[in-house]
Amino acid sequence: MGSEHTAKAFDSDLQELTRLVAEMGGLAERMIVDSVDALIRRDVALGQRVVASDAEIDNLQRVIEERAVLTIARRQPMAVDLREIVGAMRVATDLERIGDLAKNMGKRVAALESEFQPLKLIRGLEHMTDLVQSQVKSVLDAYAAHDLPAAMAVWKGDEEVDAICTSLFRELLTYMMEDPRNISFCIHLMFCAKNIERIGDHATNIAETVFYMIEGQQIMDKRPKGDMTNFATTVPGN
Amino acid sequence: MSDVSVSMSHAGGSVPPVTLPEAPAKVTARGLNFYYGENHALKNINLTLGTNRVTAFIGPSGCGKSTLLRIFNRMYDLYPGQRATGQLMLDQTNILDPKLDLNLLRARVGMVFQKPTPFPMTIYENIAFGIRLYEKISKSEMDGRVEKALRGGALWNEVKDKLNASGLSLSGGQQQRLCIARTVAVRPEVILFDEPCSALDPISTAKVEELIQELSEDYTIAIVTHNMQQAARVSDKTAFMYLGELVEFDDTNKIFTSPSDRRTQDYITGRFG
Repeated sequence: MGSEHTAKAFDSDLQELTRLVAEMGGLAERMIVDSVDALIRRDVALGQRVVASDAEIDNLQRVIEERAVLTIARRQPMAVDLREIVGAMRVATDLERIGDLAKNMGKRVAALESEFQPLKLIRGLEHMTDLVQSQVKSVLDAYAAHDLPAAMAVWKGDEEVDAICTSLFRELLTYMMEDPRNISFCIHLMFCAKNIERIGDHATNIAETVFYMIEGQQIMDKRPKGDMTNFATTVPGN
Repeated sequence: MSDVSVSMSHAGGSVPPVTLPEAPAKVTARGLNFYYGENHALKNINLTLGTNRVTAFIGPSGCGKSTLLRIFNRMYDLYPGQRATGQLMLDQTNILDPKLDLNLLRARVGMVFQKPTPFPMTIYENIAFGIRLYEKISKSEMDGRVEKALRGGALWNEVKDKLNASGLSLSGGQQQRLCIARTVAVRPEVILFDEPCSALDPISTAKVEELIQELSEDYTIAIVTHNMQQAARVSDKTAFMYLGELVEFDDTNKIFTSPSDRRTQDYITGRFG
C-alpha cells in the first residue's frame, strides 16, 4: 500500500485489522496441528483443549467484523482500502471455519478407542496435515505481505491434498470391507481426513481473497481439483 | 486433469467489473488546452461525455476540474486573457468557434453553481425570466412551462402555493433546486453542476443527488464535486484530474474499487500530499 493516509488514525485502524487477522491465523494453525496430534497420540486432553480454543477464534472473528464495519462507517474507504477491509472480513470467516473443523477433529479423539491402528493410515493423515498446515501458513504469510505469486502457489497447490484424501478414502473403504469392527474407527478417521481436506479448501479461498485485494478483481479461472472421493465406490476396479 | 494457469494480469484470468454500455458522444474534447494568461491550466484533455450519462470530475483544489466545466459553456469568455485551444464539440457544433452565439450555447449547456443564486424576484419569475429570453409564449403556456420546470427541479410540491413569494425566501436546498429548475426550464441538452451540494445539508444534498439521477434520463450531466462519495453515488463515469491533466477516466465503479493509476488511488483513498 505504500504511503500513509492523511488521517493517521485510518492507518492504525487498518493495521489493527491486519494484526487481528494474523493473531486469528496463528491460533487456527495451532488448532490444526494440535487436533491431529491429539488424534495420532490419542491425547483426549489435548483434543479438549482444541475444542476449548474454538471459542477464542470465534470471538476474534466477531471483533474483526465489528472493527471492519466501524471502519467502513467512519472512513468510507475506497479502492485498495475498501478491498483490504473486505479481505480481512473474508479471511476471518475462512479462519473461523478452519477453527470449527479442527474443533470437530478434537471432539473425535475421545471416540477413537480402538486397538486397530494401521500405521499407514496414520502416516497418510499426518502427511496430509503437514501439507495443509503449510498451505495455511503460506497463504497467511501471502496475505500479510500482499504477495500475489505466493498466494497463487497455494491456490494451485491444493491438488495434492485432494489426491491424498482420495487415496485415504479408498484405503479406509478396504479396511471397512475387511472387518466390520473397523467401521467405527474408519468412519471417524474419514471425517477427519475430510476436515483436513476442507481446511485446504479454505486456504485456497484465502488465496482468492488475496488475489482480489491486490488485483481488484475476482479470480475467474477454475481451480485444479483432485478430490475424487465423490466418485469412489466399493466396486472392484474403481 | 488439465493444466490450469492463473494469469497475474488483468487479461482473462479474472472477472471483468460491471460496466455500462458506451453511450453516444454528446460532448467531445480532443487535445483541449486552457490558459489563464501565461498559466497553462489544462493540458491536452481528451474525453467524451456520453449522452444521458452522468460524468463526475474529481481532483484536489486547483486541478482544473472547474476550469474544464467552464469551457463547456464558454463561461471563461467573460474574462480577458483566458483562452482555450484544441477541439471541443457539442454534437456537431464547435464550442470554441469564436463566431458561436454564446446565448444559444448557454441555452444548450446550462450550469448550476456552488452557491444557490436565485434572482431577487418571485419564484415564478425566477423560472419565467430565462424562458422569456429565448421564447415568446402565452401566459397559460408559460404557467405550464413553469410548473413543468419546478416539477423537474423536484420543487413543485413545496412551492406550488407560494409561486409569488420571493425566491430568496426559500431554504438553501430549495434555492438550489430552484436554480436547477431554472436551468431545466430553457430545455438544455447538457447540465453542468459545479459543486452543487457543497453549501447544502445532508437531506438537501440527498434530494439534489436524487434529482441528478432523474435528470440524467433527459440530459447529459457533468458534475464537479469534492465529495468522492457523491461522485461514487451519482455518476456513471468519473474523471480524475491532477495538475491540469486528466489522469484517469473510467467507469465510476472501476475508479472507486480498483483504479488503474497510482495517483487516482492515492487521492480517493486519502493518501495525497
